[in-house]
Amino acid sequence: MQYALFLFEDESTFFSLSEDEQMAIVQEHMAFSEELQAAGAYVTGVALEPAETARCLKAKGDIEDGPFADTKEQMGGVYVINAGSMAEAEAWARKCPVHKSGGTIEIRPVPDYGNA
Amino acid sequence: MATPEPSETDARAAAEWAARTCYGKLMAQLTAQYSDVTLAEDVLADAFASALTTWPERGVPENPEAWLMKAAARKAVDAARRADTAARHARAARPLMMTADIAPSERDGPLNRDRRLELMFLCAHPAIPAPAHTALMLQTVLGFTAEDIAAATLESPAAVGQRLTRAKRLLAKGRIPFAIPPDHIRQERIAAVLRAIYAAYTSGWENIAGGADPETGLATEAEWLMRCLIRQVPDNAEAKGLLALILYCESRRKARQDSAERYIPLTDQDTALWDEPRIAEATALLTEAGKMQVPGRFQLEAAIQAVHAARRQTGRTDWSMICKLYETLQAFTDSMGARIGYAATLLQLGKVDEATDLLNEMPHKRISQHAPFWAVRGHAMKTAGDRDEACENFRHAANLTRNTATRDWLLAQASKR
Repeated sequence: MQYALFLFEDESTFFSLSEDEQMAIVQEHMAFSEELQAAGAYVTGVALEPAETARCLKAKGDIEDGPFADTKEQMGGVYVINAGSMAEAEAWARKCPVHKSGGTIEIRPVPDYGNA
Repeated sequence: MATPEPSETDARAAAEWAARTCYGKLMAQLTAQYSDVTLAEDVLADAFASALTTWPERGVPENPEAWLMKAAARKAVDAARRADTAARHARAARPLMMTADIAPSERDGPLNRDRRLELMFLCAHPAIPAPAHTALMLQTVLGFTAEDIAAATLESPAAVGQRLTRAKRLLAKGRIPFAIPPDHIRQERIAAVLRAIYAAYTSGWENIAGGADPETGLATEAEWLMRCLIRQVPDNAEAKGLLALILYCESRRKARQDSAERYIPLTDQDTALWDEPRIAEATALLTEAGKMQVPGRFQLEAAIQAVHAARRQTGRTDWSMICKLYETLQAFTDSMGARIGYAATLLQLGKVDEATDLLNEMPHKRISQHAPFWAVRGHAMKTAGDRDEACENFRHAANLTRNTATRDWLLAQASKR
């Protein structure tokens, strides 16, 4: 079963870090991805540009600047992983750098519609 | 052990014995070497085919396991030569060089490490949909064909074949490692292996007459897999719990039918026919598991069976204890069996309304084709005095049951007025 991990963090914290510190976090994500791969748990992962770059297409056809949810923490990336249960997905989330630096991770099961 | 003039029957028996005892071990070893389940299966099948032609002529080798391993490795070289794609060639060639590095004595000796646990983890990997775990395990660890699995699980061979093909494609695509999972998810992954073995066991148990072996279905295989697993994860309480559960149920196999092959429900069974050594082993396992203080679904289910087993000594069944255990079990699993068992226990305690409510709340989609549900509902209706509804439920249960003895018993319940 696949699970998506949506990573939420206060972007301003990340951008207030020095370049070396930012690179260290990127390295942690790479190590996390490698760990997922070594266990056969990695499906995919993407990092996102800052929330201010987002544009939203509204139902009426209008385009608005900024992310859909205007919150203190912004979505910064997504991992999709293989896990045997929600508990196992949670165990992976605990190892994610975003959790270690105080962010929130939303974990959602990805339904399997049988096409592989 | 090499016989001078072996008959073809001897050779065939030896090959079958080897297939039964070391198929999984060889598959594990080959999969570890080539990182390719399909290739491992192909070369092992070829090796067994050579055994069947070579052993009658030259005798059964001293060490059939080592012989088969060598034969499979040779087949892998052939396969690599024939292979069209460079990728497969590279995969097969690299480990072969590694094999060549090993000293001949070691190469010819017994396999130095049993890697069946890794193979079980591979089969129950979360990249593969859970319903395929059991089938994949039966095929790779025990050497079942898609037809064998289909016969035991009442699915069509085509459906099983498709499921297996898809599972193997996912294994290859996801580059699923042949390894023991990391610490932080190991317990969860062992749980997936246990679920797959449990599914194999229950498919055998519910189709006593329809399994791969008409007498025992997949029960023997499940028991064997559990023994193999426990040797490798001796510190897992739930693994001990599941083996205890299987042993308690298997201890009653002889008592489940009378001399005329009629079905006898648990409460009417002659406890003298129960297999005492199995009960003793189950009790010991459950006690060991309990000491670890990690409760779980399988330990609770085994505990329920332990209470039933106590009837052999006490002559009575402690239904209120069973009821408490079922109540606790509901928090650990949403399985249909656990709820149906709970409802049946409530009936034993005279709580007909509670039992009926519990049954009626179960999702229709999951129980409409499930014979035990309709059998227990039949009892509930009968106890409540609704004879017509009871009769209809028992008939429905009978129609969903393939085992003749159980079906006859259900039909008899339906005609009782």
